[in-house]
Amino acid sequence: MRCDLIEGARLTATVPGLTERSEPEQPTDSAALPPPPALLARPRRVVFEQPLVLASGSSLSGYELVYETYGELNAQRSNAVLICHALNASHHVAGVYAHEPDHRGWWDNMVGPGKPVDTNRFFVIGVNNLGSCFGSTGPMTRDPLTGRRYGPDFPVLTVEDWVHSQARLADALGIERFAAVMGGSLGGMQALAWSTLYAQRVAHCVVIASTPQLSAQNIAFNEVARRAILTDPDFHDGRFYDYGVTPKRGLMVARMIGHITYQAGDVMAQKFGRELINQRLQYDYTFDIEFQIERYLRYQSDKFSQYFDANTYLLITRVLDYFDPAAAFGGDLSAALASATADFLVISFTSDWRFTSARSREIVQALLANRRRVTYGEIDAPHGHDAFLLDDARYHALVRAYFDRVAATVTALPAGAISP
Amino acid sequence: MSAPADRGSANRLVGHGGGPLRPDLQQVAAWIGHGTRVLDLGCGDGALLDWLARERGCSGYGVEIDDAQVLACTTRGVDVIQQNIEQGLDMFGRRQFEFVVLSMAIMATQHTERVVREMGRIGHEAIISFPNFGHWRHVWSLVLGRMPMSTAMPFEWYNTPNLHLATILDFENFLHTLGMTIVDAAFLDERGRPVTLMPAKRASTAIYRFRPDPAAAPDSGAVGIRAIQV
Repeated sequence: MRCDLIEGARLTATVPGLTERSEPEQPTDSAALPPPPALLARPRRVVFEQPLVLASGSSLSGYELVYETYGELNAQRSNAVLICHALNASHHVAGVYAHEPDHRGWWDNMVGPGKPVDTNRFFVIGVNNLGSCFGSTGPMTRDPLTGRRYGPDFPVLTVEDWVHSQARLADALGIERFAAVMGGSLGGMQALAWSTLYAQRVAHCVVIASTPQLSAQNIAFNEVARRAILTDPDFHDGRFYDYGVTPKRGLMVARMIGHITYQAGDVMAQKFGRELINQRLQYDYTFDIEFQIERYLRYQSDKFSQYFDANTYLLITRVLDYFDPAAAFGGDLSAALASATADFLVISFTSDWRFTSARSREIVQALLANRRRVTYGEIDAPHGHDAFLLDDARYHALVRAYFDRVAATVTALPAGAISP
Repeated sequence: MSAPADRGSANRLVGHGGGPLRPDLQQVAAWIGHGTRVLDLGCGDGALLDWLARERGCSGYGVEIDDAQVLACTTRGVDVIQQNIEQGLDMFGRRQFEFVVLSMAIMATQHTERVVREMGRIGHEAIISFPNFGHWRHVWSLVLGRMPMSTAMPFEWYNTPNLHLATILDFENFLHTLGMTIVDAAFLDERGRPVTLMPAKRASTAIYRFRPDPAAAPDSGAVGIRAIQV
């Protein structure tokens, strides 16, 4: 395998629904900005030449992963933390790029020097998943056998496939065991899968705003999003690259649907209410934007459609649909998690109606039945599913306190070197 | 009754920060065996579980609703499940713990009967401590025409979180009605010292250790009730 540094890679990931950060560009006058963060991110690429057999039975002959690391790996290689991303984020978890000082990582409020996951203590890894569109092998990549972009020929993946691909990255970086594997939403599913597929390689598992499986309603929303893309005339059966177009309208609708489910109705009401663009109703049969919420959704989805790949959107919503570790155990989640040996931190947000607290409690219940050590925080935050990406003092304090415990086990590893 | 040695050792119990465990928690800790699994309902800052883990090799979880207390538990390395004890206990399985503890919180529960039945389902044994409303000072206070206040119940009538106050006799009858078998009981005065003479009148705090009687359905008769001196 080969590793190399990517210079000036195309890196435009943003996080779902994080409007506070995705408004128009910040002023670039450095005097007007807070002091620049110490953390400079550098994306790297690793090439795996051995085939990866997938859950579907098909395989990838080889693949590439783009990743970033923050902090230093200690001599015992015991302080590594893997951060798994959700639907439309990337390996750019924290910090900024030298050439893009405004492009902060999607979990920069969580990961960095002095942050809850403190890069002064931990060696943190962000990796772009297979099938995504930020540099790792995916539908936009050219198939080495045909020279053509994979498009619809890219194999359908699962959370477990991702975890196996990430394990090879851990091998490449010389990490036998992670101090913690952590993720929110779909990232939490990967962390959960890590805890059973590679139980011996995970000391702590942090699962935030996640679920042990999608509900019928969750799948229904994904289906609407997929139909929007698939029925866009510019989709061309996934071969739109060849036509020099993108199914922009479909992607926009898909993004709007997702965006609505990431937010709590109360917050949307508070932010936009029924506020109009103009002073009065237009009674206009063009159904152009009249309400502020419409303008917001159009703006967000338009921006999204300019950088996100439609095939990736289809693929990753399917990854979400398929995740169901209990299925192989007759629906018994306790049995599915029986092989886990990690300690767990599970966090949910009471206003999250996409992956509700009840779904996180299912995970906790299964861990309790297996006598795993688990701490569960049910944060009464108003921001819905998006809360896992936002600043909330209680949430961040809990993660920080838990990672203090993780750090204590890391430094206690060498015999006789117990910290006070 | 537990061995005298246990009672003696209770005096040496101290919390993580060097401060002493609350006297009722010292009694609870004295009853809990080495290496057992413990669920502490309304665990506060996790002092009891922390002590049990370090001194007795126990494992288990706290259940706590308050954000600051959840953080305090996590900071001291105690695993905590953030739930309301009146709604969130169905995630715990039958007989999942050797001991289920509810210390100085039962009077603030709304569905008290359900909570205690749940404790009987989840634990092999349960331990409950509560302020004894039948303490003579309380009675005297009522004679003088005022609602009782004490160290264990430091609230005015209009701002108290306590919904379900009970005397020692009330509580024993309650356990009996639920088909619980009383294994042991301890009584403390306002300074946390043991009370043996007329505890129903002289105890400020009562602590009961009991277990669900698998043979006895609720209301099936006087099984295992232990009469105390009144």
